[in-house]
Amino acid sequence: MKIRKIAILLLALCVGLLSGCGSRRGAAVIVAGSTSVQPYAEVLAEEYALLHPESVVDVQGGGSSAGISAAVSGTADIGMSSRALHDSELELWNVVIAKDGLAVIIHPDNPLQNLTLEQVRCIYAATISNWGELGGQEAEIHVIAREEGSGTRNAFEDLAMAKVEITPRAIVQDSNGAVRQLVSNDRNAIGFISLGLVDHTVKALELDGVAPTWDNVMGGNYTLYRPFIFVVAGEPTGLAKQFIDYTLSTEGQQLLMHEGLIPTMMLATEGAEQ
Amino acid sequence: MSEEAIETTNGLKAKKDVAGRVFFGLALASIGALALITIFILVQGMPLIAKVGVFDFIFGTKWAPLQGYFGIFPMIVGSVTVTLGAVILGIPISLCCSIFLAEFAPATFRNAFRPAIQLLAGIPSVVYGFWGLLFVVPLIRDYLGGPGLSILAGAIILAIMILPTVISISEVSILALPRQYKEGALALGMTHWQTIRSVQLPAAKSGIVAAIILGIGRAIGETMAVIMVLGNAVALPRSILDPVRTLTTNIGIEMGYATGDHQQALFATGIVLFLIIMVLNATAQYIVRRK
Repeated sequence: MKIRKIAILLLALCVGLLSGCGSRRGAAVIVAGSTSVQPYAEVLAEEYALLHPESVVDVQGGGSSAGISAAVSGTADIGMSSRALHDSELELWNVVIAKDGLAVIIHPDNPLQNLTLEQVRCIYAATISNWGELGGQEAEIHVIAREEGSGTRNAFEDLAMAKVEITPRAIVQDSNGAVRQLVSNDRNAIGFISLGLVDHTVKALELDGVAPTWDNVMGGNYTLYRPFIFVVAGEPTGLAKQFIDYTLSTEGQQLLMHEGLIPTMMLATEGAEQ
Repeated sequence: MSEEAIETTNGLKAKKDVAGRVFFGLALASIGALALITIFILVQGMPLIAKVGVFDFIFGTKWAPLQGYFGIFPMIVGSVTVTLGAVILGIPISLCCSIFLAEFAPATFRNAFRPAIQLLAGIPSVVYGFWGLLFVVPLIRDYLGGPGLSILAGAIILAIMILPTVISISEVSILALPRQYKEGALALGMTHWQTIRSVQLPAAKSGIVAAIILGIGRAIGETMAVIMVLGNAVALPRSILDPVRTLTTNIGIEMGYATGDHQQALFATGIVLFLIIMVLNATAQYIVRRK
């Protein structure tokens, strides 16, 4: 009869495992979408949880498009997007929570300080392939891009490439961190990452003579930036509204600023609600 | 036979039946998993292949899923070149190592050496990739040129990763030969090396070939390690110092954001990979059985 006992044990185990799935803590707000926004939303969620211990904010990745469709279908309460909304998506309730600059980065030892946007475009289109053509030392340019479908790549294509295709010979990495890591190790590399993630291991180039600083993005002189957007199907209510209100509050915006983003609520109120 | 005895035998038989059924059920579960995965991949991927066309999908050289280009030829070339590189670098080392272990190594040495090689198989692939990125890639970049992320870097990492598979299977197939082969050859006056070269290796050939094919299967299916060192560019390589993308890394690197046709195209990539690996494994089995 041992077998029967084992079978009963197994059954009990299964029931135990399954019962774990049913219980969920209190009310949860599910925020899903762009992996570029995700780390910032997580920081917001952590702080929010400290202020409101009773409610849970659950932050998930998946990508901008997936986040928007999750918000439409109701799988998520709030969708995160790191690209401007397409025409068909504009009827959704949306708010720009912050702006994120895109920095074009090179190795710190590379003597170049400034490129024109046109030159960046030519590098990424592979019509310029040697640093010598740009006034640097004679060496092949190692072009690093993000993968197809990435919000960062999408933003870079929209803002810098003007319909010109990024060369298929470009090295492809699947995160901002990986791009930065590669550029910091390769004197001949060029890449683009979120401005908030630029550190001393890489050098952010001036574009058309404008340095990618916070002030220049705020003032509108540096044009390589993209919006971080929260999308909700219909007017936000309840917990979702509370979380969005927190994000747009002075406190939430300062938190985002501290993490390297450019807050929208402080400089302009017109982007807030539409 | 007393009634009691019959009772016990019946009881035993019943138990045996129950046990048999349980094991059958569990065995079925693993086959079932395979079937479900296969069906799922096919259902997800086939519509896209049908839409693009088999020829354009496999031989198309442009991959830009968001613009509607789904050609995976550069990735097939990537998978083949990287694997070929791994075979060229890894197989001679593996064969020498297995011959050494089977024929020359003293027992104590062998007992220390064998677990060490098995340990290689236990290192997670992401660790190989990370090591490759921080050690192999800069070496290639500094001494051979190019971005370092390259076919060569991937081939070196994969060559190391297939060592344990190829070494252990070919060692076993050499050791499994009847002792008479070796004794006969030595009795005829052959030297030890002559015996190995012209008697033992040819006799163990099928096992060794199977080992190599299984190694190739391992190399072609590896994802995590090569994602980190290959550079993942979707273009036909011009030299072994160029970055490439393999079929596996295509799925790995793009699945995070893929939706709709793009996602289906990744499943379709999976179908191609699945077919390649099935052919390889079937060939290995056929060669082993033929013996």
